[in-house]
Amino acid sequence: MKALEVYGLTKNFGGISAVEDLSFSLEEFETLGFIGPNGAGKTTVFNLISGITRPDAGKIIFFNQPIVGLPPYRLAHLGLSRTFQNLRLFNSLKVKEQISAPLLAAKGYGLTSAIFRTGQFETSEKTAQYKTNILLDFFQLTDKKEWPAISLPYGEQRKLELARALAMNPRLMLIDEPGAGMNPREIQDLANTLKKVKEQFRLTLIVIEHQMGLIMNISDRVVVMDFGQKIAEGLPAEVRSNRQVIEAYLGEAAV
Amino acid sequence: MDLFAYLLEQIVNGLQLGAVYALIALGYTMVYGVLRLINFAHGDVFMVGAFTAYYLISKWHLPIYLVFPLTMTVTAFLGFLIEKIAYKPLRNAPKISLLITAVGVSLFLEYFLSLNSLLTPNYIGFPRPFDVISYHLGLFTITNIQLSIFSITSLSLGVLYLLIYKTKYGQAMRALSHDRETASLMGVPVDGIISFTFIVGAALAGLGGILYGFAYPQINVFMGIMPGIKSFIAAVLGGIGIIHGAVLGGLIIGLSEVFVSAFLSSTLRDGVIFFVLFIVLLLKPSGIFGKKIDKV
Amino acid sequence: MNFLTGAKRFLLSSLLVYLFLKIFFISGLFSEYVQQIILLAFIVILTSLGLNVIYGYTGQFSLGHAGFYGIGAYTAAYLGTVFQVEGLLGFWPILFLGGAVAGLLGYIIGVPILKLRDDFLAIATLGFGILIRVLLDNSDKVSELLGGSRGFIGIPKIVNLETAFWVMVFLILVTRNLIFSRFGLFWQCIKDDELAAGVFGINTAGLKLMAFTYGCFLAGIGGALYAYLYTFLHPSNFDFLKSIDFLIIVIVGGMGSITGTLYAGLLWVAVIEGLRIVLPAQMLELRWVFIPILLIGVMMWKPLGLLSRKESNLLGLGERG
Repeated sequence: MKALEVYGLTKNFGGISAVEDLSFSLEEFETLGFIGPNGAGKTTVFNLISGITRPDAGKIIFFNQPIVGLPPYRLAHLGLSRTFQNLRLFNSLKVKEQISAPLLAAKGYGLTSAIFRTGQFETSEKTAQYKTNILLDFFQLTDKKEWPAISLPYGEQRKLELARALAMNPRLMLIDEPGAGMNPREIQDLANTLKKVKEQFRLTLIVIEHQMGLIMNISDRVVVMDFGQKIAEGLPAEVRSNRQVIEAYLGEAAV
Repeated sequence: MDLFAYLLEQIVNGLQLGAVYALIALGYTMVYGVLRLINFAHGDVFMVGAFTAYYLISKWHLPIYLVFPLTMTVTAFLGFLIEKIAYKPLRNAPKISLLITAVGVSLFLEYFLSLNSLLTPNYIGFPRPFDVISYHLGLFTITNIQLSIFSITSLSLGVLYLLIYKTKYGQAMRALSHDRETASLMGVPVDGIISFTFIVGAALAGLGGILYGFAYPQINVFMGIMPGIKSFIAAVLGGIGIIHGAVLGGLIIGLSEVFVSAFLSSTLRDGVIFFVLFIVLLLKPSGIFGKKIDKV
Repeated sequence: MNFLTGAKRFLLSSLLVYLFLKIFFISGLFSEYVQQIILLAFIVILTSLGLNVIYGYTGQFSLGHAGFYGIGAYTAAYLGTVFQVEGLLGFWPILFLGGAVAGLLGYIIGVPILKLRDDFLAIATLGFGILIRVLLDNSDKVSELLGGSRGFIGIPKIVNLETAFWVMVFLILVTRNLIFSRFGLFWQCIKDDELAAGVFGINTAGLKLMAFTYGCFLAGIGGALYAYLYTFLHPSNFDFLKSIDFLIIVIVGGMGSITGTLYAGLLWVAVIEGLRIVLPAQMLELRWVFIPILLIGVMMWKPLGLLSRKESNLLGLGERG
């Protein structure tokens, strides 16, 4: 089944064409690499898919369901999840709460249960705790779970961001520049982590990234954007040697 | 034809009130444009203007041509002080703290002035050191007060436009409104221009106070509250942060208020204004001249 | 049902405070006037708590809270007069209705305006609050009973120490339970980053509305209590300045802290009313000069409020599990 189909996606911001007539699709359990120079429109595409921004034109189909116009929280419930380039953790929450919040949003209890602390409240909260611990464990954050999330070192905050994205048990995950600022060693670890996550949680992934090594490593296919348009698509090796792609990156420290 | 004459008269009354609102609204809109702050104390600066003029005329018996510049200087200075003492230290604090502080300043001005045995919480008659002359022009009447309000306001608006669009201070102010960070990186003296904004806005409010005093010669320390809120709504109506928005908004609010009072009921007067506010906020929060805000 | 889980300490302290106050009330050590002020403090705390949920927790800037307070007061007073409620038994449904009507109105208003950005929301709520005031001033056109700008008189005094105190305690517990549940968690997420909250499955619009409605409900209850304590209502009690009072309490006490609201509420009433007792007549107006200065001072010193998000262990309100 196709996890995601995008047709003719277009978005303008005050006269500037951020995304123009973009079309691509993605099979379930694929990993799609999404690359292009800065300002190519990649994050805008993520914003369009995740419902944060509304497209001016185009269709987006998520597991056979059209999703344009749906608010982000509904998309989350349908199985769409993402991370943010600049990390958007909830600043006043503890580490464990970053994960339990989406969990409780997915499945919880009602007002009366909350006020009167019924059995359903207890069960829900316990289940959420249990699942939270599993995720914390996976990312080796267990001993810091009571800490304020913003007190974590940057690298661990990124892991937390990833953990949070997994909390809703998504089917498709959009990952925005997970490797930014990492050295080759860390990139290798990240690649392994992403592969492990994908397998264990049975995910379909779209990854925006500048680090070519990472993209080539984990992607099944790659889409290349420049100035809001798709300029190439194909297997990693194909795309890498594509003339247009090389030109687009001319002047950038690419491969 | 009586009705028509009445209508015209109300239009003139509405424009008179609207002119005052416009003058006050300009201060709100400029400060919001530059600082994204709703200066709750602005209405009280207007009040201080009225009282200063009262004082200068009644106690010192100064001629009108001195009262105007002196009052405006006093209020301009007050605006400058308020910014320096109460807002500047909190410039990086959460907006809510600024808001509470603004309210604090507002309350302080009102109650401090009400302490003075000269100025009680009661209403004081505002002196008119000239005769009121009515000009009968065919269908309607217009007084010299109204004529002077229109001409003085127009003149001030003209000066303001020159200031904002033809001087480098105005240019700096507009730059700050657009993008503070970039503007400061490009060498705009942020603090100075912010002070400038407050000074100009406060001077205009002071002018509004004098004109209001002549038009409705009853002043009181709490007189700034309602006009302040209404002028603020006028600024929002026209498009907060946009100069001509404040002017148009002020006129619209002034006209609406007078019309509702004249044709419906004076007690509903204030209510209608807020009703208008809701419509604006629900349909187009950015106001008449505002740009549509894209949801991101 | 574990309504009281983790609140044992709080209940104990409440009981002690109640007993302490009861003794003082009965013994006549507190004059009628002082008694009334103490009860007012409880009412103010309750109402401010509502605003704390709306603003302190969920981050929605409401400047019209006194409007809902007023709605609760007038609704309760009106219904009570129409149904000739004289005693405590008839009072409870009236009390609830006061809160419910205010909450309902909050819901209706909230649907359109809560979408607005913070500045504009502030203006909208400000406008609404003043609109309520204007409507109250003109209320005699709807029904003579309501009194319009003359005020609503003749409400029986039903609220006593038990009523005011235990209603407050009960609603503090309800609020606490909400805040320490997933709803409170979501509210915090919305306040921290509304966009991200939505992305992670939180129905931000619905939850903002919930917080707003609940906060208005609390204000309505507070208003109803006020009506049956002071027995006289005047529209000027429910104007913008009153909204600012509640806002100041929430801010100064610390946003997102129930304990903070409690302390600040007590402090505020103590300062305003206390100064009235303590100062000689000439100095009376001076308090209104010093209070703003004090306010500005607090804002400069601690822009986030005095307590800010921590819950005092003393009160034993507990932590989120």
